[in-house]
Amino acid sequence: MSATTAFLTDSTLCIGCKACEVACKEWNNLGDDGLAWTGFSYDNTAELGHSTWRHVKFVEHPPEIGHGGNSPEVSSWTFSSDVCKHCEEAGCLEACPTGSIVRTEFGGVYVQPDICNGCSYCVVACPFGVVQRNKEDGRAFKCTFCYDRQKAGLTPACAHACPTESIKFGEIEQLRAEAERRLAKLKESGMNDAVLYDPKETSVRGTHAFFLTRGDPRQYNLPLKPEVPTIYTKQGWKSAAIGAGVLAAATMLAFIAGDNR
Amino acid sequence: MGTSFGRGGATTAQQDLANSDAILIMGSSMAENHPVGFQWVIEARKRGATIIHVDPRFTRTSAMADIWVPMRSGSDVAFLGGLIHYVLEQGKEFREYVVHYTNAATILRDDVKLPDDLAGIFSGWDEENKKYSPETWLYKDEDPKPDAIKPGHATAGGGHGKDRGGEAGDATKHETDPTLQHPNCVFNVLKRHFARYTPEFVEDVCGVPKEQFLKVAEVFSNASGPEKTAAICYAVGWTQHSNGVQIIRAAAILQLLLGNIGRPGGGILALRGHASIQGSTDIPTLYDILPGYLPMPFWESDAHTLDEYVKRHRSNSGWWSNFEKYIVSLLKAWYGSAATKDNEFGFRWLPRVTGDHSESGYWLDMQDGKMEGLFVMGQNPAVGAANGRLQRTALSKLKWLVVRDFVETETASFWHDSQEIENGELKTEDIATEIFFFPAASHVEKEGSFTNTQRLIQYHEKAIEPPEDCRSETWFLYHLGRRLKEKAKAEPIARNAGLNALTWDYPTEGPIREPVVDAIVSEINGYKTASGELVREYTELEADGSTACGCWIYSGVHPKPGHNLANQRKPKDYLGHGWGFCWPSDRRILYNRASARPDGKPWSERKKLVWWDESKRQWTGQDVPDFGKETPPDYRPDRKAEGIKRIAGDQPFIMHPDGVGWLWVSSGLKDGPLPTHYEPLEAVVENRLYPQRASNPPAEKKQRPDNPYGYSLDKRFPYILTTYRLTEHHTAGGMSRSLPHLSELQPELFCEISPEMANEIGIRHGEYATIMSPRGIIEARAMITSRMRPLKVQGRWVHEVGLPYHWGRRGLAKGDTVNDLLAISEEPNVRIMETKALVCDIRPGRRPRGKAALDELNAKMRQTA
Repeated sequence: MSATTAFLTDSTLCIGCKACEVACKEWNNLGDDGLAWTGFSYDNTAELGHSTWRHVKFVEHPPEIGHGGNSPEVSSWTFSSDVCKHCEEAGCLEACPTGSIVRTEFGGVYVQPDICNGCSYCVVACPFGVVQRNKEDGRAFKCTFCYDRQKAGLTPACAHACPTESIKFGEIEQLRAEAERRLAKLKESGMNDAVLYDPKETSVRGTHAFFLTRGDPRQYNLPLKPEVPTIYTKQGWKSAAIGAGVLAAATMLAFIAGDNR
Repeated sequence: MGTSFGRGGATTAQQDLANSDAILIMGSSMAENHPVGFQWVIEARKRGATIIHVDPRFTRTSAMADIWVPMRSGSDVAFLGGLIHYVLEQGKEFREYVVHYTNAATILRDDVKLPDDLAGIFSGWDEENKKYSPETWLYKDEDPKPDAIKPGHATAGGGHGKDRGGEAGDATKHETDPTLQHPNCVFNVLKRHFARYTPEFVEDVCGVPKEQFLKVAEVFSNASGPEKTAAICYAVGWTQHSNGVQIIRAAAILQLLLGNIGRPGGGILALRGHASIQGSTDIPTLYDILPGYLPMPFWESDAHTLDEYVKRHRSNSGWWSNFEKYIVSLLKAWYGSAATKDNEFGFRWLPRVTGDHSESGYWLDMQDGKMEGLFVMGQNPAVGAANGRLQRTALSKLKWLVVRDFVETETASFWHDSQEIENGELKTEDIATEIFFFPAASHVEKEGSFTNTQRLIQYHEKAIEPPEDCRSETWFLYHLGRRLKEKAKAEPIARNAGLNALTWDYPTEGPIREPVVDAIVSEINGYKTASGELVREYTELEADGSTACGCWIYSGVHPKPGHNLANQRKPKDYLGHGWGFCWPSDRRILYNRASARPDGKPWSERKKLVWWDESKRQWTGQDVPDFGKETPPDYRPDRKAEGIKRIAGDQPFIMHPDGVGWLWVSSGLKDGPLPTHYEPLEAVVENRLYPQRASNPPAEKKQRPDNPYGYSLDKRFPYILTTYRLTEHHTAGGMSRSLPHLSELQPELFCEISPEMANEIGIRHGEYATIMSPRGIIEARAMITSRMRPLKVQGRWVHEVGLPYHWGRRGLAKGDTVNDLLAISEEPNVRIMETKALVCDIRPGRRPRGKAALDELNAKMRQTA
């Protein structure tokens, strides 16, 4: 039985070097996604996509003299490496009609490229906007949680390359405990805006990639209440039932009205 | 570093930063340029250390720091001088360390004068030749070596050979006053010299608010003492200035005063520019030193006989008393059995330095048509070197050019694709240079070593075979040498005698006859010439020709056949013993005798590293002691003792003739015994300290029509320009701009400017801006960010333009070449150019294309100031 694993991305330790992005692309043989200068701080990759499975976000706030980025009072320039969250209740997995998307023995969510038919249901079903379709070959791609490396007993490429241990990888509950300890330590040092992002209370029921960030997690592309789209299906069925009822009633009414004529 | 402490290398290991109580990073964006080593700074932070970043820009390093203080580019000595002043004023020096382990107590001559006495110069200045004579800087009673102190001595010389200092006199002869009362003892001279570097002065010159400066001063000095240590990290943000060496000297003075050298968590880390830059000075690619920091013989001074040369460079006391052993062993390694006592071990075959053969020197010679050919390996000067336009036009004056690289770099393509071809200055059909382009093997395709920042030699195996015609440097140079020797053999004229005598018999292997690198490592390690037996350490080297050694400081790296210690992969302790090999003798922290008190006991339990074990009668601890292993702390030499025996048991700086760290450098520097504030060669403000001396007096501008400068305080160029690198690219881009994974991360050149400045010049974020200096005109996308900020200097707001320099015309990520804006200039000691503080003008919009670009620049230069 394999251990259930996870990433802890501690953005308070991230130096924005993008080694995770590059290591991921090298290991997974992904191409560049354009040579466009975005002007958005030092971030020219802009977002996660079919050829970018790790993405370092750069968030700038005006610095103050005397305060470095580690200052508890002033959060100035922060970096956070985003990745597929590998949700416990994964929208993409639930939406996939072909069975291409599966949960692996490590707890990750894996798209099998040889089965994917390119329907893109997963793309709209992801609450984090992670999955993207490759327009050239039509299929959907995202982080594999380095399934191949994990299978061989190796750490995922991004965590392996991270020079400051900002990306940690390990057994999920141990990592959760570590995240709590680190959070307590940051708060103790006066960094009151530190947050542990691990949405267990919503319908995604927790993830295999949690994040320690400063300030509002939404700055880092982390929605406050991510929900699996299927929770709306109950409502959907209800509406459909009401709709069907109304239609049936209307039809009946039409017949009755017809009789009158 | 060499003149202050004795060796030209980082005093500590990156791993040891984890033990620091405070780390001052200045002149470096360590997180961006040394991200892997930065993990130890992060580790220190986790353990509660305060990280201070002093930098004009808020960088990725500032983002990891506790304290960030912006400072005007080019005012580093003023800032560090302020810290020195603070320590002296507040009495925060580590008194016992200072008295015993530095030359604070040494008494100086009565006739020495400081810049405050002479309006900006030290005594000994020769205005006509723009050189100092160091005679008045010597210790009182020190006998000068007459030929060493003439002004203008070694006019062509750089400073690397003199890295160790003490060449101009016999520093063993001196008087001291351990009470530090004597008005002319170094300590009091220091106090007088730095008296004007008050917090108010720092605010006025650096633009750092007084209270912020005091915060840094307080945190850093409070993190020093018997129980605590603080470290300093710097990189080319300090070296690439017209007073770069003196900036580092100021850091050395500060660390000596606070007792932070030779102790865990202390030290100064010289972060090297890229892989094996430390190695390229140890086994140099520099013109003025031989392997192991032995000086190259100069034609005008010590050229003629080995005896004269040794007499000049050997020191009577301290480690350099062994000088002759190292030069003779080097000559034996090179000339083998042809080197005999009768022919001075072939000393006369060594080439002589006849002029300024530094990079800037020979590039100007090339431009003047004085050079025929050039090898360019692992370098892309058309992008990476100062004054790109001059670099590229100079290449067109060569008869032949060899470029070895992975891709056709801008240096190899100057004849068909360059700014000068575009603007019509050069025409392909007129260029006679014959260009040979050789594909190079990458580091995974060859075996060899890197010597990193902390003097650590790390070996790597070949992972895959190089494709097609790609070859390693070892292959290329070995076979080139072999063919040259064949030619020389056929033509036994006097000029070829050295080449004919040279041993060049490395074994080769495989179908392409790759030289066996292990044989080269063994030669570098050294061996006994009679038996071929490898030496275990440089202490076994002799001056009689019985040993050969390719680089004495590396000796011990391969002590037994099959034992290449650079290839060790199992670290045994936090300092990394067992991983690689650290010169000298695997000492990870240099001068570590200073981690113990004069009596040999650790300063504190918390900061112990190396101490005297009375029961075993030897030094012991976590590092290899950088001291005579069995020299007890109470050892006192008699007056007649020579060599290393002259160093007392409580003198940790064994390379120095007087065994102590030098607050005052009596000789070895060309621009003064103490650092003092000068403005950069191009400045936007006047020198507040010495209005008559704007910039470092002996620094060379190399001003000429193709390397022009603006006027003093030139109104045409009102902004400061500073250049730097980004994590995403490698130097001049030869290794990164051709790779999609790296190119996409930073695809285009941009300039960083503050919102206030953008407002002033009317430019919007993301649009193009045109930037001009007296040398060039380029365009860049405007990144307007509050990470840049104007600073109030001398009562007015000063703006700064930041430019990363990686781009050129070729590869995937293209952009204008920032170094076209820089001037070729020379710091007097190491001849480095100034890249960190210059002047420029900036306007919104793109630059004109083709000849119109040149026209705009020329029009700008015709404007009157």
